[in-house]
Amino acid sequence: MKGFIIKEFYHIFRDVRTMVILFGMPVVQVLIFGFAISTEIKDAEIAILDYSRDNMSLELSNKIISSDYFILSENLEDESQIEKVFQAGKVKEVIIFGDHFARNLEKEQSASIQIIADASDPNTANLLVNYTTGIIRNYMAEKMGEQGMPIEIKTEYKMLFNPELKSVFMFIPGTITVLLMLVSAMMTSISIAREKELGTMEVLLVSPLKPIQIVLGKVIPYVVLSFVNAITILLLAFFVFGMPVQGSVILLLAESLLFIIMALALGIFISTVSNSQQTAMMLSMFALMLPTILLSGFIFPIENMPEVLQWLCNLMPTKWFIIIVKDIMLKGVGLAHIWQETLIIIGMTILFIGLSIKKFKIRLE
Amino acid sequence: MLVTGIQYPVSSISLMSTPSVIIKNLSKSYGKVEAISDISLTVDKGEIFGCIGPDGAGKTTLFRILVTLLVPDNGSASVEGYDVVSDFKKIRKIVGYMPGRFSLYQDLSVEENLKFFASSFKTTIEENYYLIEDIYKQIEPFKKRLAGKLSGGMKQKLALSCALIHKPEILFLDEPTTGVDAVSRKEFWDMLKRLKEWGITIMVSTPYMDEAALCDRVALMQDGEIMSINTPAGIINAHKKPLASVRTNNMFKLVEDLLSMNDCHSAYRFGASVHFTPKSDQLKTEVLLQNLRKLGHNDIEVAPISPEIEDCFMELMTIA
Amino acid sequence: MEDYIIRVENLTKKFGSFTANDNLSFFVRKGEVFGFLGANGAGKTTAIRILCGLLKPTSGNIEVAGYDVSRQSNKVKKNIGYMSQKFSLYEDMTIKENFRFYGGIYGMSGKAIREKTEHYLHKLGLEKEKNTVISSLPLGWKQKLAFSVAIMHDPRIIFLDEPTGGVDPITRRQFWEMIYEAAASGITVFVTTHYMDEAEYCQRVSIMVDGRIEALNTPEKLKEQFRVDSMEDVFIKLARGQQ
Repeated sequence: MKGFIIKEFYHIFRDVRTMVILFGMPVVQVLIFGFAISTEIKDAEIAILDYSRDNMSLELSNKIISSDYFILSENLEDESQIEKVFQAGKVKEVIIFGDHFARNLEKEQSASIQIIADASDPNTANLLVNYTTGIIRNYMAEKMGEQGMPIEIKTEYKMLFNPELKSVFMFIPGTITVLLMLVSAMMTSISIAREKELGTMEVLLVSPLKPIQIVLGKVIPYVVLSFVNAITILLLAFFVFGMPVQGSVILLLAESLLFIIMALALGIFISTVSNSQQTAMMLSMFALMLPTILLSGFIFPIENMPEVLQWLCNLMPTKWFIIIVKDIMLKGVGLAHIWQETLIIIGMTILFIGLSIKKFKIRLE
Repeated sequence: MLVTGIQYPVSSISLMSTPSVIIKNLSKSYGKVEAISDISLTVDKGEIFGCIGPDGAGKTTLFRILVTLLVPDNGSASVEGYDVVSDFKKIRKIVGYMPGRFSLYQDLSVEENLKFFASSFKTTIEENYYLIEDIYKQIEPFKKRLAGKLSGGMKQKLALSCALIHKPEILFLDEPTTGVDAVSRKEFWDMLKRLKEWGITIMVSTPYMDEAALCDRVALMQDGEIMSINTPAGIINAHKKPLASVRTNNMFKLVEDLLSMNDCHSAYRFGASVHFTPKSDQLKTEVLLQNLRKLGHNDIEVAPISPEIEDCFMELMTIA
Repeated sequence: MEDYIIRVENLTKKFGSFTANDNLSFFVRKGEVFGFLGANGAGKTTAIRILCGLLKPTSGNIEVAGYDVSRQSNKVKKNIGYMSQKFSLYEDMTIKENFRFYGGIYGMSGKAIREKTEHYLHKLGLEKEKNTVISSLPLGWKQKLAFSVAIMHDPRIIFLDEPTGGVDPITRRQFWEMIYEAAASGITVFVTTHYMDEAEYCQRVSIMVDGRIEALNTPEKLKEQFRVDSMEDVFIKLARGQQ
């Protein structure tokens, strides 16, 4: 076993391409997702529905429009138009001033603005709302300076089409999930298939090594590597994007380990049905990567999918793992909150281990 | 011969008790294609047994069944008394196996490969070093080199070392010399001879007919069947037809011209000459000379010769 | 001046610090059956790749079929055929489809392809099998078909890289009859093999050891020169001497 593991590490460290994929990818992927998603917003088109049309509402509107971030697409007359402009697709945000904006501010030192954003692109929506509230806050501070009295503009925002903003900051949990899946499942399945292709599997099978030893010998190095990867991503998330883990890091790592084992079992299962590195690669790509990315809620919010797809999503272990990671990282919850998801993954792990042990051939047929 | 004191060569001790390999009516098909059909043979302890035949003769299938990688459709086979199906775990502990393709890790060094295979058999290089010493010494100067960078002959030596490292009772070498140049092939057979002295039974397959002469006994195989099992000398003795080596000044046309003759059973190019077998039981040298002269050949040499294994193989193919 | 179809002068090929071909010079006559032997790793494959225009030499003048291999490799490729044990025909296509495909590659007309296909299938007695998928044919047939496909565009030179590996002895000899026939029709044959008896079938043989050509002559003369009875012994003497 020890010899086997050492040998496996030799394979990994001597193959420059694998090394680049293993260690370069997490970094590149996190950085790309991170920066691509949070690019600056410029000239986003907005619409304004102003029921007050008083000096202060117009002043604030002008301030928003004259910033570099926004362009006024049109002024709306009533609420019924909001849905239409969003559906037309050009307008990304609508700002609504209620009745008597200036009077409320002067008399009651408090008024409210509603911001509605098109959250089908949740990251953009989030940024738009942040910028808008930023401008409003500025305006508030200015007014307080001029008038010497405390005023408050309450901003309420509403995310249309994706109310809970499901994928904002999803890229870190998503990337961890995709990478663990990739490294664990794809790499093991390929490395087993490679032994078959080279004919070394024949020799291993004929040796007194038990199948379980061969499997474990293959798997342990990748557990270690996947772990290193997960930690790399977490560190990047913290230092580059300032995204700390709210919950227990130990719980997060334990859940990751569980997920890694599940993915490895899946990888071995794939290798039992493929005889060449190519088949293993194709199977991993189509059977794992695409569903992982498309059906896990990583990129497309599950809530917006047709029911059949939503149902399919439930079969994706990645969906559950993303929920776990997100809950621990962003919401800081403990095991009490995510035990159901954990149980589902444990169930899947047992299923795949069982399947791959059953399918792992002790002979060539 | 180096005797370490731990282990003595046992060639002198008779171990003729039970055969190492017993195969009875073995068959195996892949879909419609019958890879081997109804094969029976025994391999005695300590002998070098050769399966000789071209690609597609069923050699690899036979070897894979014996090393428990395949399950036969029909018939039975046992290795050192263990059944290849039910006792496969026991067989895996006592056999050394070298598959057709050199199954080494190309990205591991010579030494790392050997270490790995030793560890997968729960042994160390040192423990059985005496067994591989002869062979390994030749590649030891390159022990830090990656296996992928070795020449064909060196890869073959490393693969053999790896198959031997756990001191197997029986070695299965599937086409160890295919695609290897003549020099390395010769060296490889010398190594097998020396291994035999340690009492290891060796079953080896090859498409090169000339290697048959180096085995104790051979099975000539073609299309999944055994055409003949015998000692090399026995196979040659069984060839009853007269045979002549013919050379003329026009070797290009010779085969064609010989085949056009009434009394021609077969005419095959054989190195620098053509091996001619007449239909009749007697070689009529004079008639042959006359006929060849008529067809414009000069400097004709006709010499009766005894057949080589390859002659016998081709004759057996023709009969079948 | 003799009619040489392959002219190799001072061919050297280096991969980094490793010299695969060290100053090779040789000439091959038109219509000759030329045996190109050497131990594993002696540099045969590299030399063949250079002659086929697949690799650029580090230095040297190499002309194949009258074209310079480094500057006119496309013209070289049009005038040669290539067949090896490892790569020959598409296993999942029928005999006819393979002929059509390879004919198409060399720009042959549909009519010419059909004629050639008929011709070779008739010669091999495989007319009934023309719609059979290659993978279900015995190895011997495959090799003969692969050879036919490789010469169907009437190349001036055919390169055969271990064409008979693993083939049964009778088919091996039938294959050599096909080689002679091709040579008789004017095609130059450049062949490598590990079967030393096949070395005797060549008109001239070169033997490579460690990147250099150590001997080049007719099999007769080589045996005389090394005072041995067979090409196998010539080969072993040469290759051993270097180790």
